[in-house]
Amino acid sequence: MPTVDLASSPLRELNSVLHQLTPSTNETHWTVTNPRGQHNIAVGLDFPAEIEIDGHVGYYCAGMNKQARVTVRGNAGQGVAENMMSGCVHVTGDASQAAGASGNGGLLVIDGNASARCGISMKGIDIVVKGSVGHLSAFMAQAGKLVVLGDAGEALGDSIYEAQLFVRGAVASLGADCIEKPLKDEHKIELKKLLDDAGVDGISPDEFKRYGSARKLYHFHIDNVGSY
Amino acid sequence: MCGIAGLFLKDQKLAPELGGLLSGMLEALSDRGPDSAGFAVYGDGDAGQIKLTLRAAPSFDFAALVASLGKVAGAPIAYQVHDTHAVISIPTDREAAVASALLGMKDVDVVARGRRMAVFKEVGLPADVAKRFGLNAMTGTHAVGHTRMATESAVTTNGAHPFTTGTDQCLVHNGSLSNHNDVRRKLIRQGMTFRTENDSEVAAGYISSQMAAGASLQDAMTSSLAALDGFYTFVIGTETGFGVLRDPIACKPAVMAETDRWVAFGTEYRALVDLPGIDVARVWEPEPAKVYLWERH
Repeated sequence: MPTVDLASSPLRELNSVLHQLTPSTNETHWTVTNPRGQHNIAVGLDFPAEIEIDGHVGYYCAGMNKQARVTVRGNAGQGVAENMMSGCVHVTGDASQAAGASGNGGLLVIDGNASARCGISMKGIDIVVKGSVGHLSAFMAQAGKLVVLGDAGEALGDSIYEAQLFVRGAVASLGADCIEKPLKDEHKIELKKLLDDAGVDGISPDEFKRYGSARKLYHFHIDNVGSY
Repeated sequence: MCGIAGLFLKDQKLAPELGGLLSGMLEALSDRGPDSAGFAVYGDGDAGQIKLTLRAAPSFDFAALVASLGKVAGAPIAYQVHDTHAVISIPTDREAAVASALLGMKDVDVVARGRRMAVFKEVGLPADVAKRFGLNAMTGTHAVGHTRMATESAVTTNGAHPFTTGTDQCLVHNGSLSNHNDVRRKLIRQGMTFRTENDSEVAAGYISSQMAAGASLQDAMTSSLAALDGFYTFVIGTETGFGVLRDPIACKPAVMAETDRWVAFGTEYRALVDLPGIDVARVWEPEPAKVYLWERH
């Protein structure tokens, strides 16, 4: 199990080595120490490796992730797991703005809070935030599911397309074209699976409310001009 | 871009380390703002004395200047030279005479006034600027610093942060204000003067004008949310206070950390990694449109 100490080893080397992993390697479990808030740690991975980062990370950690399972034992800066394609990214602390931005797939789990614009323009990623999310979360979200165990800030789901939002706590306000929708059995089954995948115990899908698109802004309509 | 670093000490045993810690924070933020840097340090203050930070061209003879100012004041003046800046300490009741003498000198600028605050700023890489001024050796209760990537006005010493527009008051800013010309005109009509075309100086001036009218720092920061339009993270220093404010959209990054010995602000977490006890600090992102304020009583 290789350990890379970023206090003594350049970040470029770490990313380069991780990018060169091949299916025949036995080195599938990596530990990264002393991240000290550096940006772009473990970006662009395309291999089912397990990466554990021991400390707080800066911007864009695990961006563009495919297949890999990345754990950040600390807080993450802006854009953690942005544009993720598959795999899993787990932040044990808080995440800054734009967590999971424009992600196409995979699962992002944040044990703490995520700040503004969590899941902005998400395109298929699933995001589970055990704390609360900030304003304009799921802005222009197109596909995927955002699950928030705590509260959501203002303008949740502004200009949302087909993503599904599940919030257990209070929602400060809903954005344009975002409405509350019925939580049907099919949604509860999906939600239960996500909660299980995120390691959430003792919380029932019944405790959540579901939000999504009213689909009134899909096509230009003169009566909606003030909302575009 | 631009980077902000701020440190407010709760434990005065750390006072001798204030400058060294801030210096490390600024250096970590170099790639956010490599064109200029500056900082304000709140050090000791003597009752009945006022500190003026002066700035002049390189190799200026501050000793001769202070000797001549001593004659104006009627007593020798204590001073310390830091590269292109000097901090002079004069009896408050002689300030008017000294200030009047300084006004007549074209080659010296008075850049800051405070009972405890001194302000240093120059064009150059943050690490170089900190070294030139001897930041490592500076002590005090709190300090704010800035690394600049110029967007709203020229790369000049005057355009560097912090901006000070009142006694012991300074402000550093990451972002850009969209209504600064309008606010500047209003403040000028109220009698305020500005040194630069910089938007951040207007924010500093707005806070100072509110406080001059009797507002607390908390109230001045709250009212700036309505008065100032644009993107901003401000860190504000006063003689006893340390404030943080982000605009309602919170476009600009910010991280705070707190232990029982200090409170720190950094534009990025990287700026905080060498603070003593950071591993056990509470680290969080300040919320938009919320005033954070620490005061020493």
